[in-house]
Amino acid sequence: MNTIEVNNRAELFSPQVREEIDLWVAKYPAEWKQSAVMAALRIVQDANGGWLTTELMNDVAAYLDMAPIAVYEVATFYSMYELKPVGKHKICICTNVSCMINNSDRVVDHLEDRLGIKLGQTTEDGRFTLKEVECLGACGGAPMMQIGKQYYENLTPEIIDSILEGLE
Amino acid sequence: MVNEVCLRTLDLDRPWLLEQYQSRGGYEMLTRILKEKTPPEEIIEEVKKSGLRGRGGAGFPTGLKWSFISRNAPGQKYVVCNSDEGEPGTFKDRDILRYNPHQLVEGMIIAGYAIGATQGYNYIRGEFWEPYERFEAALKEAREAGFLGENLLGSGFDFELYSHLGGGAYVCGEETALLESIEGKKGQPRFKPPFPAHFGLYGRPTIINNTESLASIPMILKEGGPWFADIGVKNSGGSKLFSISGNLNNPGVFEIPMGTPFSELLEMAGGVKGGRKLKAVIPGGSSAPVIPGEQMMDLTMDYDAIAEAGSMLGSGAVIVLDDTNCMVKVLERMSYFYHEESCGQCTPCREGTGWLYRVVSRIENGQGRQEDLDLLNDVAARIGGRTICALGDAAAGPVAGMLKHFRDEFQYHIDHKKCLVGAG
Repeated sequence: MNTIEVNNRAELFSPQVREEIDLWVAKYPAEWKQSAVMAALRIVQDANGGWLTTELMNDVAAYLDMAPIAVYEVATFYSMYELKPVGKHKICICTNVSCMINNSDRVVDHLEDRLGIKLGQTTEDGRFTLKEVECLGACGGAPMMQIGKQYYENLTPEIIDSILEGLE
Repeated sequence: MVNEVCLRTLDLDRPWLLEQYQSRGGYEMLTRILKEKTPPEEIIEEVKKSGLRGRGGAGFPTGLKWSFISRNAPGQKYVVCNSDEGEPGTFKDRDILRYNPHQLVEGMIIAGYAIGATQGYNYIRGEFWEPYERFEAALKEAREAGFLGENLLGSGFDFELYSHLGGGAYVCGEETALLESIEGKKGQPRFKPPFPAHFGLYGRPTIINNTESLASIPMILKEGGPWFADIGVKNSGGSKLFSISGNLNNPGVFEIPMGTPFSELLEMAGGVKGGRKLKAVIPGGSSAPVIPGEQMMDLTMDYDAIAEAGSMLGSGAVIVLDDTNCMVKVLERMSYFYHEESCGQCTPCREGTGWLYRVVSRIENGQGRQEDLDLLNDVAARIGGRTICALGDAAAGPVAGMLKHFRDEFQYHIDHKKCLVGAG
């Protein structure tokens, strides 16, 4: 296995990021540090404005004694990791069946019109990214979306406007 | 018999707190088991008697699953909870995590005791941040109260429990993909056998159960297996959380006895929105074949009744469609989902889901050909049963149901290059 040699592991990431990753490492058997890779990628991504660079993924690999390719595999497999820059607020809109039949198209249209971008794009000022996602498990509140860690349900154009206006 | 098991504390002010859970007898069952040193075989026997079947969708008897573990084999064993709720239409485990996390914690500790495991993980989907925080808070409270850690209540039994957060992948709801994911890999299902009971997490004997299944355990043991079994009907013991969504006045999660008529569940959900006509129901998550509304109105919500109607109860996710919906569009969206979520490991699923999506999509968009209807059935038949996990079957299942019951809509799209619904 090709792991990256690091001289000083303590120089990777900020102390807060290391501390947070270490909390996850401690949950798993000592010989399974790799189990913390999903959490580590999320923590590092959050600290980097919402996306992962190759350098950061390499650092995660070094920190967890993994081959870089094993980290890339994880980062590309799961939909919550971003490999390109995203806006400050990533708006994830569910368009799966229960949301679709409750007019998620209207949610998408409204957000696209208001922000002047299409799904998958980021506003020029770097504030918003629109992302289409699969069922987020809140179908009783369809149509719904997620911004950051928060779910927003029973959306109408008016509710969406007030949510966006409330964001920094 | 509404909200008797997993949602029994829902009427409390802040039911997720330890003190509130204990005000309804929470952790009494665990305490009794630890004090009396109840033989694990008795616990497993009681779960078997309850008729509890896996609430994640597969419906495998929980007690039987537990009995596959060789409890006295040396080395670590694991209890894993599957809170990777992702089957489109399902949103019940989210409510258990948010409103009754302690009952899940208690259920997992008891499961550990029953199979001889001292370590557990709850795999929560990554998007569920609020539920994750509630569960984490419950773990902290339980640890401080001595229900987690070493030598629980002086019994000599140790149990530690942690959350693992997912990263956004439907396939990780498949039990062996979930194990791979905890091991820090991409979530591609393992070939079975060996089953997790023999070769599970980190290669150790493991039981994996759904959130609702594990959260049901404390009440099953407290009131007795037969009590639980009698709430439901033959082959479908207990009550069940139904997530009902779609074109409804009052969608939501309802915990009701197995065997309840669908018509009653529909009424609880406030009936079809705007007084429109019920067209169809997907009774068990989007992988379950669709059932026409009229037929559904005569069915009861249990494994056998739904299976006899050619579909499956699955996770209890009921999607209600009114007569304004185009079934071609609905199938197009579902096919897109499976194509998007196929892990790419097995060729029939990786390629077949793409074929299904592209063919349904061209029918929906007025480019359909007459031979496409047979082609869809053919592709679906070539996926089903030819893949490592059930995602392929899940993608194939809805196709046959749609073509069987709503073939005229597909035919109309092909003939007229537009939609039958709304065409007058």
